[in-house]
Amino acid sequence: MHDKTLAELAAALGDGKVSSVELTEHFLRRIESLDNRLNSLITVTAEQALETARAADAARARGEAGPLTGVPIVHKDIFCTEGVRTSCASRMLDNFISPYDAGVVERFKAVGCPVLGKTNMDEFAMGSSNETSYYGPVNNPWDTQRVPGGSSGGSAAAVAARLAPGATGTDTGGSIRQPAALTGITGLKPTYGRVSRWGMIAFASSLDQGGPMARTAEDCGLMLNVMAGFDERDSTSLERPAEDFNARLNTTLKGLRIGLPREFFGEGMDPGVARVIDEAIDFYKKLGAEFVEVALPHSGLSVPVYYVVAPAECSSNLARFDGVRYGYRCEDPKDLMDLYMRSRGEGFGPEVQRRIMVGTYALSAGYFDAYYLKAQKIRRLIADDFRQAFEQVDVILAPTTPTTAFRLGEKTADPVTMYLSDVYTIAVNLAGLPAMSLPAGFSEGLPVGMQLIGNYFDEARLLGVAHQYQLGTEWHQMAPAGFE
Amino acid sequence: MMEWETVIGLEIHAQLSTKSKIFSGASTAYGAEPNTQACAVDLGLPGVLPVLNREAVRMAVKFGLAIGAPIAPRSIFARKNYFYPDLPKGYQISQYELPVVGRGQVEIELEDGETRTIGVTRAHLEEDAGKSLHEDYHGMTGVDLNRAGTPLLEIVSEPDMRSAREAVAYMKKIHALVRYLEICDGNMQEGSFRCDANVSVRRKGTEKFGTRTEIKNLNSFRFLERAIHFEVERQIDILEGGGAVVQETRLFDPDKGETRSMRSKEEANDYRYFPDPDLLPLDIEPAFIEQVRGSLPELPDEKKHRFMNDHGLSAYDAGVLTASREMAEYFEQVAVAVEGQAKLAANWVMGDLTGALNREGREITDSPVSAEALGGLLRRIQDNTISGKIAKEVFEAMWAGEGDADQVIERKGLKQITDTGAIEQVIDQVIADNPSQLEQYRSGKDKLFGFFVGQVMKRTGGKANPAQVNDLLKQKLS
Amino acid sequence: MSLSQEQVKKIAHLARLNVREEDLDTYARTLSDILDFVEQMEGVDTEGVEPMAHPLELSQRLRADAPTEPDRRAHFQRIAPAVEDGLYLVPRVIE
Repeated sequence: MHDKTLAELAAALGDGKVSSVELTEHFLRRIESLDNRLNSLITVTAEQALETARAADAARARGEAGPLTGVPIVHKDIFCTEGVRTSCASRMLDNFISPYDAGVVERFKAVGCPVLGKTNMDEFAMGSSNETSYYGPVNNPWDTQRVPGGSSGGSAAAVAARLAPGATGTDTGGSIRQPAALTGITGLKPTYGRVSRWGMIAFASSLDQGGPMARTAEDCGLMLNVMAGFDERDSTSLERPAEDFNARLNTTLKGLRIGLPREFFGEGMDPGVARVIDEAIDFYKKLGAEFVEVALPHSGLSVPVYYVVAPAECSSNLARFDGVRYGYRCEDPKDLMDLYMRSRGEGFGPEVQRRIMVGTYALSAGYFDAYYLKAQKIRRLIADDFRQAFEQVDVILAPTTPTTAFRLGEKTADPVTMYLSDVYTIAVNLAGLPAMSLPAGFSEGLPVGMQLIGNYFDEARLLGVAHQYQLGTEWHQMAPAGFE
Repeated sequence: MMEWETVIGLEIHAQLSTKSKIFSGASTAYGAEPNTQACAVDLGLPGVLPVLNREAVRMAVKFGLAIGAPIAPRSIFARKNYFYPDLPKGYQISQYELPVVGRGQVEIELEDGETRTIGVTRAHLEEDAGKSLHEDYHGMTGVDLNRAGTPLLEIVSEPDMRSAREAVAYMKKIHALVRYLEICDGNMQEGSFRCDANVSVRRKGTEKFGTRTEIKNLNSFRFLERAIHFEVERQIDILEGGGAVVQETRLFDPDKGETRSMRSKEEANDYRYFPDPDLLPLDIEPAFIEQVRGSLPELPDEKKHRFMNDHGLSAYDAGVLTASREMAEYFEQVAVAVEGQAKLAANWVMGDLTGALNREGREITDSPVSAEALGGLLRRIQDNTISGKIAKEVFEAMWAGEGDADQVIERKGLKQITDTGAIEQVIDQVIADNPSQLEQYRSGKDKLFGFFVGQVMKRTGGKANPAQVNDLLKQKLS
Repeated sequence: MSLSQEQVKKIAHLARLNVREEDLDTYARTLSDILDFVEQMEGVDTEGVEPMAHPLELSQRLRADAPTEPDRRAHFQRIAPAVEDGLYLVPRVIE
């Protein structure tokens, strides 16, 4: 049952072959027995999940079920869930029982998806390996000595290990796509503004975007149909007509123009990854797609630009965590300054503190122009590159990551090396484009992800291009040993 | 003896009178229980986001148009980052590089009739902070965030003022303006209208500004005046003693009448302004501006000139009467009642009425004598029912709630005696009772005329028509 | 760009982060590495380029002025570290 996709489970529910309660109990049992090997969940919400499952079954009996009613999912612990701890994997929010629901959480509630639990992540989504979590690292189900990627590492590992058929994630610089690639699942980062940021704890507001993580493109489309939509509480939310993101799953790829950015195929890419991507290109050629080399000349600067813009925004976004109204407060503060300094110094982990300091520095008097302003200017050049590329091509294909999953602890001592693991994903966030990662093969037994980047609002096309690949390949069906 | 010149610039914070907050749907009503009007957005809970209130934008545009300033077609909200317990997010959403209102100006009039133009550098929208309550909570401070997120229009002046008097006149002018525009209730006690004063001194004749200090949170005209006086003296003393003024933030202590350095602001601030990524650029369409322009009321200066032209008032009287929209409206109602005698209306509104209001610390809007009632009283002067002197007595009775003018006149029998026969009878009696004074008068002591008038008025209880008394006395005494 | 321990202390203070003495060295090193890394931006010609603060060229939506939020003080203060009489308590603030 757990090896079925979200779409298959939805169909089984619709046909009455299984009940939501049965499904929910099944996945809860798997979490109970298997997650000790992964640490993918921070909080398991069994009771609430079963309650929702019962309500979903009742709704279905009344004929009031939607496509995903009763299908259990997990939420990244960055989404506020009323009455349930929402920790952002930080000591700062270890005691934070959210008093309200995120927009995304409300939407899945409205549909009747039981929420099995809240997934582990890098603290405040700052990390590429899930090793900065206050609750400890997540292990990659394909090799538990390796990282699942980050920051949505818990969501990725849970879906890959079949502990949940779908998960929500957030992507600020690759945090959906990179862990999806490293764990062999499918993940989509929508166009900036598609998914409401209300209740999604902010890391870098102009880059953050929620999205689905599941086994297949079709599943991601089903989830995005629930997640996306205008939210008046988010000033950056897009006002667009409702759309079925799976409407183009079966569109032929004949004549599709796929761009290959030469900057993404340079040095630093693992040969195993290169081989897998080449095979994927061949596959698409067989389906009738045409390949065009495109130039993204400023994309090489995306990582440095990102590591100014994101920390600058985070230094301000995380100022609210001060031990006054909620969250961690240090013991016996001797004065106000002590309350601030120790609550924040003890509540945040080292990577979060490092980024807050980088951002504070980049915004401070005398450095603002050289760092923040300069970065925002190059950001426009990066976005312009994509705009020009999309005048020539329909989608862009690239590797998601330069390497497969690395070992736990391998990059923790050197932040810059860690940051470079997002070298192929970050430019997309700076531009605000939609992009996804899907499994394209293996290198030395570890999954390799292929990235598809679309033009603004072109999620449906992306999902179609991915779906056509998944119709002809089996990579997305592979299960890690021990989690079949 | 060195001559010093004072240089003052004001940053006025006017709370905009919207129903809800600038970035959230919480109420802005004053005086609620602590933190009952602080919603998730105002508390800065994780994951919350701001959405801008249209009315706050409209009010800012209204102000901009009233001071002849350009309205920015695109303005940007920025974050001003600093830590303080009454600032829940650790930053204040404000406007920095691109404010909604650009450069404008207002004219102020001083008591001696001199006018001056004061430049307004800019006005921008921002959110107010909460309040820290320093009463003792076991040595702790209590934080109330009801005020957090209340919309403010910060109105920044040029350093154009040269005295405390000018600064007060400017602040009063802006105060009148925001109330005319109905964008701020102007309630200074509740903190709806307050200012920070930047004060420096320099030797007369020099161009370069002296080092300034910023006096925070002045919430009355009187405090502004006293704070500036103290601060100017303090700075001059320092400079004349060979010292240097330190650029710092100071607090005015009204009890001691002095300013002191603010400890909490000791640390040099680095606010790290940057565009708020949660808010998009504010684009204001010309149509929106025109719509707001169409809704502008008659402004104080326009009204003043109309009062001078239509009612024949002096510039001073017109200035006083248009200082607030409420007073101007009150005056106009009274003036209508006594058509043709606007000066009489003006004198009463500025004199007896204002005196009585001041005596009891009341606003004109809650005067016990309405404009209609005062008009009724003045009509009785006009039609000779009572004299001006008796009218004062009637006014006091009306103030005390004893009814309208006619009721008071009737009940107290204050109706003026205009019957010639009746007055003559009294005059004859007075003459008969004072033969020696009559003799003295007739032998040339003209001054005694007043004595006879006084006696007649006394015997008629002040009710005899003074003009008639004069005429008849002159006849009888000659 | 190399940051000294003193500079790290100053930045940490501005950001209200209590950094332990023994961690100063690591922060100084890693922060310097990051600043060195981002310095690549210097070489890019950005003459006349408009800074991009938002991924989408949209303008701010405006909300109707209506109080829509009820009093939820009790709900919100259930998770507060210290409250009394409805106020959030902090160590004494000296103005």
